[in-house]
Amino acid sequence: MTDTITRATGRAEPAAPVKKKRRSDRARAEARLGWMLAGPAFGIMLLVTLYPIVQALWDSLFSLRLTAPDDREFIWFRNYQVILGDPAFWQSMGVTLFITVVTVLLELIIGFGFALVMHRAIKKLRGFARTAILVPYGIITVVSAFAFFYAFDINSGGYVNSWLSWIPGFDENLNWFAYQGTSLTVIILSEVWKTTPFISLLLLSGLAQVPGDLEEAAKVDGATGWEVLRRVILPNMKAAIMVAVLFRTLEAFRIFDNIFIMTAGANDTEALSLLAYNTSIGRLEIGLGSAISVLLFLSVLIIAGIFIKGFKVDLSAGKNS
Amino acid sequence: MRAMTWPQRIMWLVIIAAVLVWSLFPVFSIAMTSFKTQAGLFSGTLLPQEWTLDNYATILAPGGSAQDLFLPALRNSIGISLIATFIAVVLATLCAYAIARLDFSGKRIILTTALAVSVFPIVSIVTPLFNLWRVIGLYDTWLGLIIPYLSLTLPISIWTLAAFFRQIPWELEQAAQVDGATPFEAFRKTVVPLAAPGVFTTAIIAFFIAWNDFVYGISLTSTDAARPVPAALSFFTGASQFEEPTGAISAAAIVVTIPVVIVVVIFQRRIVSGLTQGAVKG
Repeated sequence: MTDTITRATGRAEPAAPVKKKRRSDRARAEARLGWMLAGPAFGIMLLVTLYPIVQALWDSLFSLRLTAPDDREFIWFRNYQVILGDPAFWQSMGVTLFITVVTVLLELIIGFGFALVMHRAIKKLRGFARTAILVPYGIITVVSAFAFFYAFDINSGGYVNSWLSWIPGFDENLNWFAYQGTSLTVIILSEVWKTTPFISLLLLSGLAQVPGDLEEAAKVDGATGWEVLRRVILPNMKAAIMVAVLFRTLEAFRIFDNIFIMTAGANDTEALSLLAYNTSIGRLEIGLGSAISVLLFLSVLIIAGIFIKGFKVDLSAGKNS
Repeated sequence: MRAMTWPQRIMWLVIIAAVLVWSLFPVFSIAMTSFKTQAGLFSGTLLPQEWTLDNYATILAPGGSAQDLFLPALRNSIGISLIATFIAVVLATLCAYAIARLDFSGKRIILTTALAVSVFPIVSIVTPLFNLWRVIGLYDTWLGLIIPYLSLTLPISIWTLAAFFRQIPWELEQAAQVDGATPFEAFRKTVVPLAAPGVFTTAIIAFFIAWNDFVYGISLTSTDAARPVPAALSFFTGASQFEEPTGAISAAAIVVTIPVVIVVVIFQRRIVSGLTQGAVKG
């Protein structure tokens, strides 16, 4: 504004630079304040993640065991060679991917149901619904793991077997935690129960933003409830759904607590996080364990990359800016 | 709203009942286990054949055999989580204030960093931290857990608070000054009441995250000096070599869950609002 006025009066050149400098002084003071206020939080976040991953990368290039710390040898990428050639690693990767896909799918369906309930329930029941749906969110994951474990484990007084005994062919003495399939079932059940609230809240946000008029218009045109859902609601929620799927996938891939408590990784249920933990802190093989950690981190990056670049997930979906 | 027909009402009641059962059943289940006697554990039924408070006595009463396993852990959890939450909320408030109100180049970097830190695999952080903490003496200490807990709680706190702060009408502060308030008074009477709910909700969410930690708890501690409850639970042994710790663990689980359920019941509306704003709109 000032520029056009000064230009009109023909005294533009000397006046404009002075005004610009003052503006950028204020802008610079604001920027400085901004960095000062945000700095500590930013610094701590960086420090607590950057240092370990760099250190892990460095450690992974050595053959290092904590039991013989001076016996370390720089072996370049041989740790990675060993791991990537080990079927146990790929088995672990397979289990991790399986758990991830199944839990995210289940949570999407159940979470969407919950979102609908929270959105549509009559006022009187809405508080109940929200509270109930939110309870698992506050429960400690380890507590959830023990709850499901004690319900299913025949060695700790599990009662589920006696409930399922009416199914023909069901063995009442089934030890859920002696086989991979049944162990994974309980693990997935606990994980889904614990984390559905968060995804249902993400979906609720997306649901709440679908314009009501679109639904009304569709109903006026004669669409059934199911058709309204499929053709109007879901497509308009696509962005929110993709954000929810991205977050949950990254989280499910890092599953640890439920498996540690229920099986400690036995019966081929050892997901990647648990493999890394057992190797570094369990067997104190820091070199190998660090390499697995780095590979885990890279996998998470790749998954995030696939979602953001490949599916073009817009992280600002739902932002009102 | 059209009045509901009876079939619709019944459908809703059934749905809500199903939701309640799904959400509360596991809590109910472990609660029932906590009331079972040692022998009654193997009855194979959900409800105890014989009700007892022995398990709670074991972990809470003075002289209880598992008391020195549980009470120190409870103390650790409460102390560490509260301190970590406090620091995280203070830092996140400053950071979010800057992001929402000031104009500086780092905004996107900081928000993106927060996002990246929140999806970082904890296991990848734990091993190097394990080594470093042992070298500099933070191993098995409260501070040794508080620092990593900040990395867990800062990201979501920053996102949630930034979302809340973006919605505050900052002009109110200037309006108050025009009406004669000093800058400090203006801030205190206009901004603080508007920002307080958001800060409070963020504190609840951050506390839940810190309270829930397991991996740091088992990796960076070795005694009850700093071991929090989730980690302690996984190391519980029974009162004697013949006793299963099932009852004690169940009782302990309920003790740490009841406060959480109460907080959720009271603050459910705030928590829902905080999470939906922070996670999606943030």
